[in-house]
Amino acid sequence: MSVLVFTLLVAAGSLVAGFLGALTGLGGGVVLVPLLAILFKVDIRYAIGASLVAVIATSSGAAAAYVKEGFTNIRVGMFLEIATTLGALCGAFLATRIPAPALAIVFGLVLLYSAYLSSRTRPLPPANEEPDPLATRLKLNGSFPTPNGVRHYFVRRVPAGFGLMFGAGTLSGLLGIGSGAVKVLAMDQAMRIPFKVSTTTSNFMIGVTAAASAGVYLRRGYIDPGLAMPVMLGVLAGSLLGTRVLVKAQTRSLRLVFAVVIAILGVEMIYKGLSGKI
Amino acid sequence: MTIWAKWTDQKTEEIIGNLLRAGVLLAAMVVSAGAILYLVRHGEAPADYRIFRGEPTDLRHVRGILKNTREGHARGIIQLGVLLLIATPVVRVAFSVFAFALEKDRMYVIFTLIVLSVLMYSLLGA
Repeated sequence: MSVLVFTLLVAAGSLVAGFLGALTGLGGGVVLVPLLAILFKVDIRYAIGASLVAVIATSSGAAAAYVKEGFTNIRVGMFLEIATTLGALCGAFLATRIPAPALAIVFGLVLLYSAYLSSRTRPLPPANEEPDPLATRLKLNGSFPTPNGVRHYFVRRVPAGFGLMFGAGTLSGLLGIGSGAVKVLAMDQAMRIPFKVSTTTSNFMIGVTAAASAGVYLRRGYIDPGLAMPVMLGVLAGSLLGTRVLVKAQTRSLRLVFAVVIAILGVEMIYKGLSGKI
Repeated sequence: MTIWAKWTDQKTEEIIGNLLRAGVLLAAMVVSAGAILYLVRHGEAPADYRIFRGEPTDLRHVRGILKNTREGHARGIIQLGVLLLIATPVVRVAFSVFAFALEKDRMYVIFTLIVLSVLMYSLLGA
């Protein structure tokens, strides 16, 4: 395959991944690595490097829009970024020591987990009235605009959230994904942050987290410009398109279809890893 | 001095939003420019990413990437765009240090400095 054909095909695949990722809220990063590794036979380390670059682009692009809406809690984001960036650094160093087939298996398991999470409806956490002393000291409590005026919320279980965030950062650095699913889990399940605030704050953090591991990947020679270029431009265009359509589209059935695709890719990655074909 | 005295979270959010958008836009433009050169010059060459070789040292470091860009190498220009993209969240964090300092929030200045040093360590190495 010539460079021109390869570039166009990868750009088209990344565009679809970015589009579906934005439309379903699952992020395009999680399907990029299996797409490149399985369909385009790209070595998983190059695939992870290119995916990280795309993750920074989409998260920064989306965060730019969300931050202005006033849902993002910048203090929660900054505080938890200590955990995610340290985790990401740790994951990036681990990635250079783990053989490619083992990386594929871990990736497959994360895909299956993401598919499971997105197919199930999340129970709404109960509203909390009393402030948590640690969260208050760290100035994490916040508010956001609603049609009926400003709503205040209190953040809970800071240490649990911080620990989960370290894990999310490690996965992000290891696999080149945004780990949005784990980040949202930490914020809305553990820390009891309202859903809209946790999704936008998670998005806000993803760029910084990915940048922390991207530096290590760049210095180790895992980021190839010829591959990163169509992936970054494709995903960016796809996700911009996706957020435009998002308002009108009925996403529930689409979400389910995307979850099935993710699950199939997960099984495929585990199979490839176990049979050493990666 | 009046602008500094009434510094709010909202103002910070607005600037951060613009900063992120500008960074992504600039990076995408540089990558696109490099892409056109790359495809014109090397479009016919075979593409093979099956075997991991690692990038040449020049495409791994800030100085090497800048040198490649000055010499007009297509892959170097794309890598410069990638570097600008990685730098975007770093600049955002650096700005946050400044913004928290204006709000006289010493605790968050320290938190933000920790994040900034992790990022600098990752990008520039020990």
